[in-house]
Amino acid sequence: MIVAERKPLAEILKMVQGCKRILVLACKGCVTVCSAGGEREAEILASLVRLGLQKEGTNAEVNTASLVRQCDKEYIDSLDQYKGQYDAILSTACGVGVNFIANLRPTEHVYPALNTTFFGGSAEQGIWKEMCAGCGHCVLHFTGGLCPVARCAKSLMNGPCGGSVNGRCEINAETDCVWQMIYDRMGRLERQQELTASAPIRDWSTAGHGGPRKRVREDLTV
Amino acid sequence: MNFTPDIRLFTCHYASQQSCAEGGTVLRGLNFPANITLTRLVCTGRLEETDLLKAFEDGADGVYVVGCPTDSCHNVKGSQRAAKRVASVQKALAELDVEPERLRMYHLERGLHPEFIAAGEEMDALIRRLGPSPFCRKAA
Ligand code: SF4
Ligand code: SF4
Repeated sequence: MIVAERKPLAEILKMVQGCKRILVLACKGCVTVCSAGGEREAEILASLVRLGLQKEGTNAEVNTASLVRQCDKEYIDSLDQYKGQYDAILSTACGVGVNFIANLRPTEHVYPALNTTFFGGSAEQGIWKEMCAGCGHCVLHFTGGLCPVARCAKSLMNGPCGGSVNGRCEINAETDCVWQMIYDRMGRLERQQELTASAPIRDWSTAGHGGPRKRVREDLTV
Repeated sequence: MNFTPDIRLFTCHYASQQSCAEGGTVLRGLNFPANITLTRLVCTGRLEETDLLKAFEDGADGVYVVGCPTDSCHNVKGSQRAAKRVASVQKALAELDVEPERLRMYHLERGLHPEFIAAGEEMDALIRRLGPSPFCRKAA
């Protein structure tokens, strides 16, 4: 899922300064699962925005609504029901959701309530970890299913940098060295020999270094 | 300034069991501050962050939660969950530049103990010292 976290309140309050009617718009997708921007978090944020504005001596009508997803046109279209009712939409979706609203509602103000951080999963309750960087050229079949692009601080492709200590990354001692993990796991799978092959030079254009990416499925377009 | 704070208390069924006896007259008889409004919950674990924030929106100057001791909560982890939510709202209050101690969590044995009264008195004294809520909606 896409993992995100609420922006500092001061930053959010500055965005909506001067707005008299604000719609805090939750998303029931990833940000609900990572407890950053679902209905519950939107209610909390709406309350905090009201309090923050009250403290500054201003008042605004701050309401909440939620969409199944903010990354599909059909759901964004349902915002028609609020037409003219709000000065600003404060979206608690990931950056994709905010972009979708900006694309599809050319004259409406939309602001991001979250910082979108990474693709990851919940390692344990309340803790999320990055697992994939969406590089567009997956190598997990070479690495025992553990990602060196997202999980190695240097995105190394041919083994560890040599700086790890006791299995921990030299960049951040709280993080496991993924290359140590790959080596150990490939050993358990009796596939360690495969690691002696050199990984080819990568084409990073698929990783976004070639500009925004787009995927077309001819069989699905109408 | 003559300031009587509006204080809201959320407490679980167990921690407050005898506190509500005889319509609260027992509490008043023990000098429990009259400016504290008590809301009884089945379990403090049921408390949402929005309940705490709503209390401030409704004009509370201070809010506190009384749940079971962390190691002997009737519902095992209810009061621990409440403490986490209190901590989260305290952080948000700090972000808004408001004294986080306007909101507090207490873990007390069940029943009506001197500590239950003392917590109320402590909260009352604290909020009197801090003064009125900076979320000044009350005038409206
Ligand atoms: S190799 Fe690329 S696509 Fe595969 S998990 Fe890592 S970042 Fe994601
Ligand atoms: S210590 Fe391991 S994870 Fe960290 S940068 Fe080096 S190879 Fe990558």
